[in-house]
Amino acid sequence: MNISWTWFHRLASPPYFYRLAGRLAPWFGWLALVCIVAGLYGGLWYAPPDYQQGDGFRIIYIHVPSAYLSMMGYTVLAVSAGIGLVWRMKMAHAVAAAVAPLGASFTFLALVTGSLWGKPMWGAYWAWDARLTSELILLFQYFGFIALSRAFEDPRSGEKAAAVLALVGIVDVPIIHYSVVWWNSLHQGSTVFVGAGSDIATSMLAPLLTMIAGFTAFFAACLLKRIQLELLERESDAAWVRQLLEDA
Amino acid sequence: MKSLHEFLTMGGYAAYVWPAYAVAAVVLLVNAVLPGLRLKRRLVELKERGSRGERS
Repeated sequence: MNISWTWFHRLASPPYFYRLAGRLAPWFGWLALVCIVAGLYGGLWYAPPDYQQGDGFRIIYIHVPSAYLSMMGYTVLAVSAGIGLVWRMKMAHAVAAAVAPLGASFTFLALVTGSLWGKPMWGAYWAWDARLTSELILLFQYFGFIALSRAFEDPRSGEKAAAVLALVGIVDVPIIHYSVVWWNSLHQGSTVFVGAGSDIATSMLAPLLTMIAGFTAFFAACLLKRIQLELLERESDAAWVRQLLEDA
Repeated sequence: MKSLHEFLTMGGYAAYVWPAYAVAAVVLLVNAVLPGLRLKRRLVELKERGSRGERS
C-alpha cells in the first residue's frame, strides 16, 4: 500500500505531473494516429456494408467512440472534481478544468454524427428521444461546468461551485447508458457487449474496437496537454515554473 | 473487392457519411493542435515576463 500512496502523492504534485504528462502525451498521440488510420481503413473500406443500413452504418466508427468518450470524459470530470472538493487537491481541479472542454467537444461530435446517421435511418435529424435528449443534457452540463467555474471573482470559489455541479450531474451518465433499455427508444441498442458475445461480424467489430482505442488514446494525449496548460496557468508564479523556464 | 465509385458514393449514403467524417476530422484537428499551440505561446509569454523581472 505504501508504494501506491507514494505514487498517488507524487501524481498530485504539479511539477511531477507536468513533466510526466509532457513525456506521455506524444506516445498516446502516436498510438492514436496508428489506431485511427487502421480503423478508418477497416471501417470505411474493408468492412462490408450492413445488411439493413447499407454503407450508412459506417458512421458508427466515429459515433460510438465519441459518444463513449463523452460519458468517459464526464466521469473523469466528476471524479476529479469530487477529489478536488474533498481533499482540496489543486491537481484534481486542474484535471477537471482540462477535461471539460475536451469532453464537450466529443459530446458535440457524438450529437452531430448521430444526427447525420439518424436522418437516413429514422427520417429525422433530431427527435426528443430519451437517448438523444440525455446526451444533449450532457453537453449542457459541460457548458454549465465551464461557465460556473469562471463565474466567480475568486477562481477557488468558482472551481468549488463547479465541482458540486459536476458531481450532481453524474446521474446523467447512467441515464444515457441505460436509456435505450429503460425507455422505448428510437435509438438502436448496444452493438458491443463486454464479455458476452456481440451481435456483430468480426470484420465490422474489429475496426470499431480499433477506433475506440484510437479515440481513447487521442483523448488521453489531448487531456495531458490541456492539464499541462492548466498547471502552467495556475502555477505561473511557482518556483518549479520559473525553474522550468530557465531550463527551457 | 469493392470499387472506388462505391466507396465515394457510400452506396447512396455519401451525403451523411462524408459530412460526419468531416466534422470528426475538424473536431479532432482542433483538439490536437490548439492545446499544444496555447502551451507554447504561454511558455514564451512567461519567459518574456520572467526575463523582464516582472512578477504578477
